[in-house]
Order: sequence, then C-alpha cells, then structure tokens
Amino acid sequence: MPKLTIDGNEVEVDAGLTVLQACEQAGIEIPRFCYHERLSIAGNCRMCLVALERAPKPVASCAMPVADGMVVHTNTPEVHKMRKGVMEFLLINHPLDCPICDQGGECDLQDQAMGYGLDHSRYKENKRAVEDKEMGPLIKTIMTRCIHCTRCVRFTTEIAGITDMGMLFRGEHAEITSYLEKAVDSELSGNVIDLCPVGALTSKPYAFVARPWELKKTETVDVMDALGSNIRVDARGSEVMRVLPRLNEDVNEEWISDKTRFACDGLRRQRLDRPYVRKGGKLQPATWDEAFAAIKDKVDGLSGSKLAAIAGDQADCEAMVSLKALMANLGSANIDCRQDGSKIDPSLRAGYIFNSTIAGIENADALLLVGTNPRVEAAVLNARIRKRFLAGTFPIGLVGEAADLRYDYTHLGTGPEDLQAVLDPGSEFGKVLQAANRPMIIVGQGALAREDGAAVQALTREIAEKYGMVDKASGWNGYNILHTAAARVGGLDLGFVPGEGGLATEDIVSACGKGDVQVLYLLGADEIDMNALGSAFVIYQGHHGDAGAHRADVILPGAAYTEKNATWVNTEGRVQLGRLAAFPPGDAREDWTIIRALSDVLGKSIEVGDLRAVRSKLVDANANFLGIDSITSATWGEFGTPGNVSAAPFTSPISNFYMTDPISRASETMAKCTETFLGSPEQKTGTDG
Amino acid sequence: MLKDSDRIFTNIYGLEDPGLSGARARGDWDETKKLIELGRETIIEQVKGSGLRGRGGAGFSTGMKWSFMPKEVGERPHYLVINADEGEPGTCKDREIMRNDPHKLIEGALIACFAMQAHAAYCYVRGEFFRETEALQRAVDEAYENGLIGDNACGTGWKFDFYIHRGMGAYICGEESALIESLEGKKGQPRLKPPFPANVGVWGCPTTVNNVESIAVVPEILRRGAEWFAGLGRENNTGTKLFNISGHVNKPCTVEEEMGIPLKELIEKHAGGVRGGWDNLLAVIPGGASVPLLTQETCSTVLMDFDSLKEQKSGLGTAAVMVMDKSTDVIRAITRLSRFYMHESCGQCTPCREGSGWMWRMMERVCAGDASPAEIDLLEEVTKQVEGHTICALGDAAAWPIQGLIRHFRPLMEQRGAGQQPAAAE
Repeated sequence: MPKLTIDGNEVEVDAGLTVLQACEQAGIEIPRFCYHERLSIAGNCRMCLVALERAPKPVASCAMPVADGMVVHTNTPEVHKMRKGVMEFLLINHPLDCPICDQGGECDLQDQAMGYGLDHSRYKENKRAVEDKEMGPLIKTIMTRCIHCTRCVRFTTEIAGITDMGMLFRGEHAEITSYLEKAVDSELSGNVIDLCPVGALTSKPYAFVARPWELKKTETVDVMDALGSNIRVDARGSEVMRVLPRLNEDVNEEWISDKTRFACDGLRRQRLDRPYVRKGGKLQPATWDEAFAAIKDKVDGLSGSKLAAIAGDQADCEAMVSLKALMANLGSANIDCRQDGSKIDPSLRAGYIFNSTIAGIENADALLLVGTNPRVEAAVLNARIRKRFLAGTFPIGLVGEAADLRYDYTHLGTGPEDLQAVLDPGSEFGKVLQAANRPMIIVGQGALAREDGAAVQALTREIAEKYGMVDKASGWNGYNILHTAAARVGGLDLGFVPGEGGLATEDIVSACGKGDVQVLYLLGADEIDMNALGSAFVIYQGHHGDAGAHRADVILPGAAYTEKNATWVNTEGRVQLGRLAAFPPGDAREDWTIIRALSDVLGKSIEVGDLRAVRSKLVDANANFLGIDSITSATWGEFGTPGNVSAAPFTSPISNFYMTDPISRASETMAKCTETFLGSPEQKTGTDG
Repeated sequence: MLKDSDRIFTNIYGLEDPGLSGARARGDWDETKKLIELGRETIIEQVKGSGLRGRGGAGFSTGMKWSFMPKEVGERPHYLVINADEGEPGTCKDREIMRNDPHKLIEGALIACFAMQAHAAYCYVRGEFFRETEALQRAVDEAYENGLIGDNACGTGWKFDFYIHRGMGAYICGEESALIESLEGKKGQPRLKPPFPANVGVWGCPTTVNNVESIAVVPEILRRGAEWFAGLGRENNTGTKLFNISGHVNKPCTVEEEMGIPLKELIEKHAGGVRGGWDNLLAVIPGGASVPLLTQETCSTVLMDFDSLKEQKSGLGTAAVMVMDKSTDVIRAITRLSRFYMHESCGQCTPCREGSGWMWRMMERVCAGDASPAEIDLLEEVTKQVEGHTICALGDAAAWPIQGLIRHFRPLMEQRGAGQQPAAAE
C-alpha cells in the first residue's frame, strides 16, 4: 500500500486510488465539479488542482493515481490561489441569476464560490449567452449556466448507454447539447439533473416550484417498480414536490428511474379523499360509517367461499397482513397478491426472489434473461447489468422479446421452446453457461404470468440446476426472479396467496363473473379485468380514482406510498421501511387502520392495536420481516410444476414504462413522456396543443 | 554554418526528384536492412546517444521516449504515430519533408517501428496539407511496390505498414493525445496524463508519437553514427534542425542549420537579413506562435537551441522564427495570436476555455488603447491563472506570448492606454 504525505500527515491508502480519493480518506475535502465517483474521470474542471512536490506543474488530483512517497499540499496559499483562479474562470461567463435559478441553495458552484470566489467580478467583457437546448419533458435547460463539466454526457453514455448527449464546437463556443434537439431517450435521464453541479439541467416539472430550504425531507422507498429504490421525498405541507434518489450501494447506487422521480405529480391528481358508496348505479360521497355499513350489509351472512380479496402492486405489507387476517376471520381462503395472474410458486422463497441480489450482478460472469425487458421493468437494475457488461467478458442471452437493452446480447429466441433449447449443453448459449463460474438467470413476469407459467418456472429451475447457477459450496445463487410489483415479494412472504381450496386471481375473476364470488375486496388492485367481474360487490381500497375505483361499489380512501409508515419487500427480498412524508388527503387513512376499523364493524376484529402489533403479525407470518434493510439468503429446493409449455412467445408485462400504476397514470409528466417517447395513442384533433 | 556534407535534408527545396530513384541517389534506403540488423537496443542506444531531442516543440529526448515503450509486446500491439499535423503558426518544416523528402520519413518510420516492435505507423497529416498527403502517399506506394515496406520490409522479415490519416483542421489535434483521440475517430481533445501514450495510446495500445522531423532524421543518424550527430551543435542541443524564417526578412526561407546557430547569423546568412537592416528589428518570435517573443537586444546574441532560448524565458519550439521589424504593431500581432488560441482551444478544461477568450478580449482593448495600466496587471495575472493549470499545453501557449509582450513591451502598452501612441493602421 502506497504511503503518501498529505499536508504534512503521512497516510497509507490502497493502491489504485487517486490523490483526490486519498485526500478524502485523510479527511481533506478537495473542491470539484467534474469528478464523480461513478463516472469516468474527465479532469476538465481543474478545480481539484493540488500541488505535488517534484511535479513540474500542479496536478488535477481527481486524475492522478497515488504513488509511494508522494508529497501533496492541498492548503497552501498557492493551491488556494489556483482554485480561486479556476473559480473565477468558471464564474466569468456564468450568469448571476441565482435568485431565479432552481439550483439555488443546492448548487455546487454557489457553495464553492463561498470558499473560493472573489467578492467582485474583474471581467469587464460581455458574458457569453448560450441557446437553451430541447431535452424533452423532463429536463429543463438553461445552457448559459453550463460549466462544461460533462457529467451529463458521461452519465448518458456510460451509465444510461445512450449517445444522445455530447459537446459540440470548441473553445468558449463549446456547448453541451442533445445534438438533434430531441428528448433524452432514457428511463434514467432524470439523473443528469442531480449530476449537474449548476442550474444548467434542472427538473422541468419542478421548475420554479419550491426552494430546497422550505421542503421537508423524508427518507423512504420507492414503489414504482419492485427494486425498492431508496428515495428522499421532499414535501411542502401536504404536497410532495419532488423525489430524489438516496444512496444505497446494494440497491440503486444513487440512481432512480424517471418514473420514480417524476410520477410524484400524480399524487396530486385523481385522488380518493373520501369514502364513496354506489347508490342507484352512481358513486355517491359517503362517510366512513356509511361505507362500512354498506359493506356490512353485503358481507353479513355470506360464507367465506363467496368472498375474495386481491392485493395490488403497491400494497404495503401492513395492509396485506391485516387484510389477510380479516379474510381468515371471515372464513375465506380466496386471497391473492398476484393480480397479473403470475403462476409463480409461492411455496419456496428461493423460487420467487432475486437470489443473487442486485449488487450480485456485478459478480456474475454470464447472464440469461428470460421473458423480461429489464430496461422497462427495472431501469436501475438494467443500469447495473450494463455496468457489469462494460466491465467486460459478460455474455448475455435473451429468450423473449428482442429490445434495445442498452447492451449487447445474443437473442436466443422468443418462447419456451427456445428456452428448452438452452438446456442442451451443446447449444450455443448452453456452452457459455457451462463455461461460466457464476452464471445467472433473470426470469421476468412475462415468462410466469401466463397459462404455462408454472411449467416455465420449473424449466428455469432445471436450467439453473443444470448449469450450476446454485452453488451451495460458494454460496452463489444465480436464480433470480425480477418482479415488477413493489408489493409482490412482501405479499408472497406473508402468504397473501390462496389458502387451502382458495382461488387464485384468474379464478377469482371468473368466479365473480359466474356469481360464485359475491364480494371482492380490491386492495389497490387496478390491473385486473374489471369488466369480467359480473355483478360482484366490489370494495375498492386505494388512493387513486383508477380502474378499480370506477368499478367499485364502495370506495375506501387509502394512503399512497408517500403518506404512510409501511413496509415493502423488494425483488431481492430486502425488507425496507417507507416513511410518511405527507399526510393523506381529506378523509383518507393509512391502509391497515381502515382494515382494522372495518374488521371491528364486521364483528371480526383482527385485534391489532397499533403499528407495532401489525408488524409483529408480519414477523409471525415470516421471520424475514425482522431483518429491516437486510437480506436473508433463501434455501434452495423444489419449486415450479414441470409440465408442457406452449409455443406462445414471451411478452413483457410492461408496454409503457411511464404508466404502470395508478399514480403514474394520473401523472401529467408521465403523460407527456408517453406522448414524447411512445407517441400519443389517441388521434389528435385540430385543437390539440 | 552547417557544412553541406552534414546536411540531412538534401532535397528540402525540391530541386531534385522526390521519388524513390531520387531518394536512393541521395542515399535513402541504402542498406536499410543493415540498419535494422543493428538490433533494437543498438538503434535506441544510438538515437539516445545522438542527443536527438523531439522536433515537435517540447524537445524531449527521442531515444528516451522510445525506451518508455514496453520491452515485450504483450496482448496489445505497439504503434508508432507520426505527428504531421503541423499547425503551429509560422512552422513549415514537416510539409517540406513530406513534399520533397518523403522517403526519409518512411524509412525512419520503419526503423523506429522496428526499434519499438511496432508493425504499423500512422501518419496524421494536417488536413490542409492536401498536396503533401498526395506526395507522401506516392512515396508510400513506391516503397510498397519495391518491397521496402510491407510484409517483408527491406527483406528483413519485419512486417511494416504505413498508414496516412488526414486531419480535419484543428490545431489542437497536433497535441499528441488529442491526435490519438482524433485518430480513433473521436473529437480531438487532449487526454489526461497519466497514463501516457507509451502505456495507453492509440486504441488503448502502447504508442509513441513523434514529430515528422524527429523520425526523418533517424536513418541518417544511424548511417553516420550517433557521434556525428552529437558532434553538431552544443551539448544537450545537438544535431541539425530545420529552421523556418518568416516575417520581415528579405528572403523568408526554410533552412537546415546546426543547432545553436546564433539567431542573428541565421537571419542574416539565410534570410537575407531583416528588412531595413538589423537596427530596424523590433522583435522575434523564435519558435512558433506559442513562445514568448524576444527583443532586438536579445536577438543579437541569443543562440538558437532549446536551452539558450529557455534561459531567455522563451523557447525553441518548432524553430519557426517570426521576425517583426519596427513597422509592426507588436500589440496587434500578439492580439492576433491570442485570438488564434481562443479559436483553437478545445473547450475541455476551464482555464483555457474561459481564459483564452478573456485574454483575447483584454488584448483587443489593450490594442485599441482602451485599457488602463491596472488592466495590464490583470491581464498578466490571468495569463498566470491559465498557465500550468490546464490539461494540455495549449493553455500555456495562449499565455506565453502575452507574458512575453508584457515583459518586453509594457511601456508601449501603457502608452497606448494613455492615448500617447495610437494603434497602427490595419
């Protein structure tokens, strides 16, 4: 390990670090703009210059590798002067528009100008003005503010895998641009807003909306996909103003998808803020008592087999465990959390989680994707796959819909038969998997939410076992299920699946149609076929006036994910806590409290006094709920049902990344994205725009 | 003065046939096989021993540079890249070599490649050099046809290919790492060092980038021996060098001379003297646009080599001597150079991107007499803020001419600001 002297103190750091990193380890902060630990080193802002003894010139510490015996000075008057010089250069052409800049208060340039800026400008010439660039509905540009650090360019090319951004021209005419003035076509594009150290790239929907110091910041988790990205929700009063990523190396590093970031405006629209009861064919506002009474009228006297419950994709574990208890008290086994009709086997945990963990992708050396398009199903996870891909020697095969995944892969076919072919060790990809030490399979819901899903899952297990994807000796388990619903693993963990003799989603829906099930409880479930429910009495508990609420006979207004203290389990099986950032609107309540109140009205009390009691019910259902933020590895075993598979090709469950749930469907920003990136599905009229 | 017998570039004026037969008559390709049979180490030792310093401007020892290449070829092939992007204002030596003595370059490239275990040389020719590219291509074709290069170059069994790549007209692409980027098809922006090209160069492979003149003199050094080359010039500044003399002289020319020739002798003997006589001399930029200028007093005594000019706080650079007589508005001249650097800055790093424009604008005001003495102080400070703080040397190049001007002509600048001395007419 090289030893170096930084400001007179001798430190020993790992070889391969840069001087800047070594300084950080020594507790010395080096100012920087272009350097970012997750991006390649550009060394172009020159803010991090330090003096190095025996070097002819000052060096950019971000780019200089440490060497034994280096003597570094970071706080001499000379170094200070260099930084002041660089800061002055950055400021001469930077507009003095901080009062109207959305970056104000959280701007690197502003902050560092406090330390290294002059109190007046020595620049007498006219400042440069740069034309703003069109980058789509998410990113607002004020390019005059750009300091050319190229973080955005490096992010889009390296992490997002697109070539939409770059620097045109040279010298002081250099401009960061999207070349063709087109929207930045990536599910991760919003991250450039965080990366931009100044106010050149800011959030378009958030423009002129709030100042950072007036926002209440709440650390919570995202439910727009099954990754459980760690986020910070900034709220002013009861309104969520924006969503930002939070650092979690194991889950989302520091990225979030555009849906996670920008769908929050959907929280303000189409909200259910009071109970409703259908009277005379029309939904009428009601009080909680009236709504509960209407339910009691219907449920009283019905046998358990006439009742059913389906949990939606964003349901929290507390609500699900409460609803499960209520249904048990009512004597019904007809519960399911797989509203997409997935045939995934709930019996063995290793069969429904992402066993290798998301960070484990970086340790894999071959990957087989089955019936999934991770780019739209889990955009941040896709960036992790790309990261591994860029590290080299990572063959990837895909059985399913061919799509631009932002990395190269071999397309092995589209359906289960092509998957069977992989079982042949002589096949092209069979050889690859055979040769790999830590091969990995990622099975998407497109492969499981179909008639032969159980057989397909058995097939994937066979592949995993055949190619040594599960190795007890080394602890490597490369069998991964990629969920799309934030509620799914939690639901499976706590057993929100049909009990003995109970019906699964598809059977519940058809039983409703036939009249065998007379009361259906939808816990935020909007993705089932509402037209197939016949004359069943539908109770919809949720937060948005989406498909379920339109069909409902009684609406119980619940809380969205930012409005409750609740638990979700991500696709890896990681138990994470969401926290209340703003209170639910109007009469809406946290979901488990609604169910508890209803259970009392029905005379079937679930007997939970407070949140702790609900959570102890969770732990009773599955001990994994004890380990918050951690992962318990699952034991391998038998799962899936071997059987015949159909020839039908796998299709991804997500056709529009920007609209997958009630919140994103209510979001204006997501509607704009849909129109920009997927084209408007509706015919435009003459008055459009 | 250099004896004719010691000249390397004997056809620099194109008076004879630049083709293969002419080149052979001048001694090129004469038993090249024997030179190669000297072996890698001997070749590098000879080049080191000759004291040859890179002719592109920085003056780094060529033999030393070659020895930085990995000793063994690993998984990555080695490359030689020849910098023929001769963009430094005032410089016109490489173009003469490519026009009139291209075989010296090709032969030198073969030997250099052999010494560094490279099988390919890429010659990055300045885009504007259209005829030069044609001339060089003709010579390459001839060399291939005659088996001098190719799969069995000169019968040595060494495979050697020579590729010509044309630039697109950016000054910065003459910087070695920007040249490499450009050669790879990317935007010509200098790379951070380390890693140096000898480790990570073109396409990530070990690469040496040499100037045309540095490569072209190698065969002659090997033929005549390192001692001969080292015997010319002064210690640490050995050999011969092509000088380009332009500006206010009676006969602007390119001439091969011994290193360390007095500047005055160079101008008077070869360029017919300063227009209007030596006393009419105002200033000389001795090494291409990027080095600080020298006053007449210094010019009378200074020797033209790396170390002497460095002592005078200037530099030999590319040895492009630009002579300005007393009719010159020296402030306007430097302002024009300043504009050039503003225009050619790649825009990658802050001090150069922002500073080059700032310096130019201030120079314009100084030039027009709109600047106070305090602003000249500011201008000097800005040049110091740019110098040494950038990724490549373009920042230095933009700063030095202005520093030179302030050092030697500050009173003139102040007078103009005070309205005592109007700007010369355009």
